[in-house]
Amino acid sequence: MLAAMLSRLARMVVVMLGISILTFLIFFATPGADPAARIAGRNAAPETVAAVRHDFGLDQPIWVQYGAMMRKMFITGDLTSFVNRGEKIVPTLRAAAPVTLSLVAGAAVLWMALGALTGILAAATRGRWPDKMLMGLSMMAVAMPVFWVGEMVNLITQSRLHNTWAFSWVPPLGYVPFTESPLRWALALVFPWLTLAFLYIGLYGRMLRTGIIETYQEDYIRTARAKGLTARRVLLKHATRSAIIPVVIMFGMDFGVLVGGAAVLTEVVFGLNGVGRLTYQALKVLDLPMIMASVLYASFFVVLANAIVDLLCILIDPRMRRK
Amino acid sequence: MSLYESEDPDMTTDLDTPPPAPPAGGDPAPPLGPWRRALRGLASSPAAVLSGLGILLIVLAMALAPAYAKYVAKTDPFRSGLSAKIMIDGTRVPVMQRSTEGLGLGVTPIGPTWGPQYFLGADNQGRDVAARFLYGGQNSLFIAGAATLLCLACAALVGIVAGYAGGAIDAVLSNLIDMIWAFPVYLLAISLSIVMLGKSFDFGPIHLSSSSLILPIVIIGLVYVPYVARPVRGRVIAITNSEFVLAARALGIRPSRILWRHILPNVATTLIVFAPMLMALNIVTESSLSFLSVGVQAPNASWGTILQDGQALLYSRPVVSMAPGIAIMVTVMLLNLFGDVLRDILDPKSVRGR
Repeated sequence: MLAAMLSRLARMVVVMLGISILTFLIFFATPGADPAARIAGRNAAPETVAAVRHDFGLDQPIWVQYGAMMRKMFITGDLTSFVNRGEKIVPTLRAAAPVTLSLVAGAAVLWMALGALTGILAAATRGRWPDKMLMGLSMMAVAMPVFWVGEMVNLITQSRLHNTWAFSWVPPLGYVPFTESPLRWALALVFPWLTLAFLYIGLYGRMLRTGIIETYQEDYIRTARAKGLTARRVLLKHATRSAIIPVVIMFGMDFGVLVGGAAVLTEVVFGLNGVGRLTYQALKVLDLPMIMASVLYASFFVVLANAIVDLLCILIDPRMRRK
Repeated sequence: MSLYESEDPDMTTDLDTPPPAPPAGGDPAPPLGPWRRALRGLASSPAAVLSGLGILLIVLAMALAPAYAKYVAKTDPFRSGLSAKIMIDGTRVPVMQRSTEGLGLGVTPIGPTWGPQYFLGADNQGRDVAARFLYGGQNSLFIAGAATLLCLACAALVGIVAGYAGGAIDAVLSNLIDMIWAFPVYLLAISLSIVMLGKSFDFGPIHLSSSSLILPIVIIGLVYVPYVARPVRGRVIAITNSEFVLAARALGIRPSRILWRHILPNVATTLIVFAPMLMALNIVTESSLSFLSVGVQAPNASWGTILQDGQALLYSRPVVSMAPGIAIMVTVMLLNLFGDVLRDILDPKSVRGR
């Protein structure tokens, strides 16, 4: 088991190294995408471009640039922005992380609870109206772009029905730090949580329902029924328990992706200054070090989440230990 | 398989679709080839027929965009019309109206007239939203479709090469797939867009202008390649190790023939099952990228760019945002519905489950 775990960890390191090189190449070595020209701005004189190239060390060989950037990012931590001169990148990212984490963690609690409820309820009433209604709803949830849901939510809660009793409590868009006021933190995040969770409730509900229905074909379910266990006990104790494993694996990956910045659309629509929005804004002004750092941060989270999920699977499932 | 026996003559009548591809694989030829059987399954499923018709209807409606713009709306939806005026109930009304809220500064585009001109109102540049909506639908569907084909082709290539070659080639390709998959899809797409968009490319004789639709197609097509390539690779490995391929090998059949006759047809079903879901995913991805202004570039429209135009008008003219959003939702739901039926028919595992 230890060997399997160690080899998984070693693979994680290799993948991370590969990602850092790939990201670097996308931004600094794409043919025709001269970072110095980008930084110097449109219609800059050739001398300016040359000066910028020298200033930022872009005239050095590519591997030297890569090494310098990695050193600044991980060892000295003093990587600075190309656009806002003097802005330190590592602290900026660190400041944005709690916003994203609050958003994603809250939404994750919601979507796991409601997704599990949806899946179990639909499986229990398979073929009857609650099942059909829930599956119809989740099909809708999966089909709507998350930023559009967010806009519609804003339209209702911030504008059209804002002055009624139902939504007058909704604070204006933005983030309130938890340390400042836990209540206002939660109030400000209620609708972003619901919006982000909606899609995943649909996804996970459908997945769990399929899983439970498939498990019902297994022999051990028949045995459990033959023993005379109640239908509820069979459903909750036996079928759901094994059907939820793939959902948990999926959860690990989705959580990693979202914390890494995939919640960008939700953050943009609700005006939350999280990692995703930071990346998006850096992209708009082409702040290369900021983009590099946040994309790397993001993919590291994904790789880490994948590795944790795999390690958990090795712990839970003995079949995964031999390889 | 009861479907083989049920050769009832009534059902063949609604199958005047073009002749399906020849039966796959070297299995003993069943009375009905798998492709024909799949077609029959689709035709006999009301959900598949209805969603298929719905998708067809949407495509047809979007194809009418030029006719709508020319004969009904009588505008050019790609030119701004800030000073345009239209006739409503016998009075001439400016398209950009003086704001009545707040200080009365600035202008608000006209709201939905529900008439032939400006049916859904105008956007911030005084352009007819309904006409743009139809043109945008064309682009959204075209981009999603082309990106789907591109993605399936790349995934098939990578998956088959990795799965069939094995060894070092497989190790390199699999790790590369893992690496690309480790990027959050949107961040990867945004990164690629930033590097590629906004300038023109020259590949020898081919010239791509900065507003070309090719770039979003390539970007959206590439980001989901790992998503499909991984299952394709798994399937190729499973087939390569299966007994009938082993038998074919023992008979001395050339590897290229095994690839062509046994592996490709089996991979094809996996690809077909992915197609509608991928198309649905691509529509959402296109709209998201365009919403972040890194997808379709002006002057082209797409459902995503209209959503972006509508963002600034969300509280005053919400219809601009609602129309493309609802269109995306309906199209994606129909595609997913169709895809579900297709998977149930083509995926042998889920057939066994029933």
